[in-house]
Amino acid sequence: MRDDAADQTIVMQSEAMQVHLRRMAREIAKANPDIDSLVMLGILRRGFPIAERLSKLIEGMTGRAPEVGAIATTLYRDDISRSPASPKGYTHFDFEIDGRSVLLVDDVLAKGRTIRAAMDEVFDYGRPARIQLACLIDRGGRELPIRADFLGEKIPAGDNEWVRVRLRELDGEDMVLIERYAREEEEDAAEETA
Amino acid sequence: MSAAPHTEREIQWTRRHLLGIADLSREEIETVLDTAPQFAAVAKRKSGIKKVPLLTGRLAVNWFHEPSTRTRLSFELAAKRLSADTLAMTTSASSVVKGETLHDTLANIEAMQADIIILRHDCAGAPHILAASHTSHVINAGDGRHEHPTQALLDAFTIREHLRRKTGNPEASLDGIKVTLVGDIEHSRVARSNILCLNKLGAQVTLCGPATLMPARVEEMGARVCYDLREALRGADVVYSLRIQLERQQHGLFPSIREYIRLFRVDHDSLRHAPEDALIMHPGPINRDLELAADIADGPRSVILEQVSNGVAVRMAVMHLLVNYGGAV
Repeated sequence: MRDDAADQTIVMQSEAMQVHLRRMAREIAKANPDIDSLVMLGILRRGFPIAERLSKLIEGMTGRAPEVGAIATTLYRDDISRSPASPKGYTHFDFEIDGRSVLLVDDVLAKGRTIRAAMDEVFDYGRPARIQLACLIDRGGRELPIRADFLGEKIPAGDNEWVRVRLRELDGEDMVLIERYAREEEEDAAEETA
Repeated sequence: MSAAPHTEREIQWTRRHLLGIADLSREEIETVLDTAPQFAAVAKRKSGIKKVPLLTGRLAVNWFHEPSTRTRLSFELAAKRLSADTLAMTTSASSVVKGETLHDTLANIEAMQADIIILRHDCAGAPHILAASHTSHVINAGDGRHEHPTQALLDAFTIREHLRRKTGNPEASLDGIKVTLVGDIEHSRVARSNILCLNKLGAQVTLCGPATLMPARVEEMGARVCYDLREALRGADVVYSLRIQLERQQHGLFPSIREYIRLFRVDHDSLRHAPEDALIMHPGPINRDLELAADIADGPRSVILEQVSNGVAVRMAVMHLLVNYGGAV
């Protein structure tokens, strides 16, 4: 984690996150009446626990829990040399993709490039009947024609801001923060002055 | 948008070529081992396409001056699973290739825009000469008696995966484990690269074999030498059998095959002196019942075929790191 954030603001607390996830689960269940044909792929790392929670919530509503898998996308990125070569997790799921309705789940939707990579990876496993996307946060800044079918909240963020989702499974708490960093020009100027 | 804050271990790889384990730091070796599991998962996909688009449109040339099945196929498959194009070139093993010819041939391959050259050569140092004066990424697939770095990396990966499965600790390392290499150490580039690699990873290496097949002053590389197999196998976590190069038997480096078998063969009899759960490894090809008893090679402790599967994943990791992180051609 970067520790040079100039400041940070909490934009979503645990309770609001539960509300969003419950509503998303309802919407997903409504849009997918045949729950057994639905499979969920959480994008590592934080999309995966969100997918598991959504699956549990859907089970509470319909009595059926969609199967959940993890997808890494690291081997399909277009900026491969800037992403870690040795990711902690890699793609794993046990179900068939062919003919299923695949729901990709991620924490933050930004440029849309991760989702593009995830879709390419899904197609290497089979031919899904359709692909949908669920994201907790849409922070804007899209570079590809991609949008979320199921969204928690739109939180527009600037170029020098980083939207960070913290989840109790990985971080011990549920929270969304916006962290602000000094702009690069300002950093350069600061370095020159120093 | 600002650069992504790093939540995972940041990649530290700048190397363009893989010439030998001697050049690598422990961190670099671990980076290769940490990069490989995701590629092992690609090969194990139950459905769909068993490849990833990391080297799409790149050209990998397999250039083998010496006979090889496993290594050549393994590199070719690794390149194909990364979506690279591959060409294979073999030169007669008997022809003595002079430095100039080597350069000329490579200049011709490079004129075809090759990105990766995988070279096996009977002259030690051949890949180093090429790497110094050419722009493609050079991978040493075995040079004379010198090094065979990808073999040592896949061996370390195989041992580490086993330790992690056995102990249930996903962070388990080779620190402190005991590995015994048995056989022809003198002529073995596999042994040389393994001694270097295992030492860097903190393992204790014991070498065992006939004195005539033991290089002089090999202890200086950081290995214990032991001429009694039973003694060498005591407490070993891994028993690594090396191929007896029968083609060298005519030089009379040991009195007879029968005597070799009696003193140095890894079999039920000698393995009574090793722990029951010691892993059995061999780089292939095996002379069955010569250096290694056939039933041991095929037995439950043997991970010889796992070595082969892991070889593809580790070679994918190496090519990916060299090309995508080690600078463009």
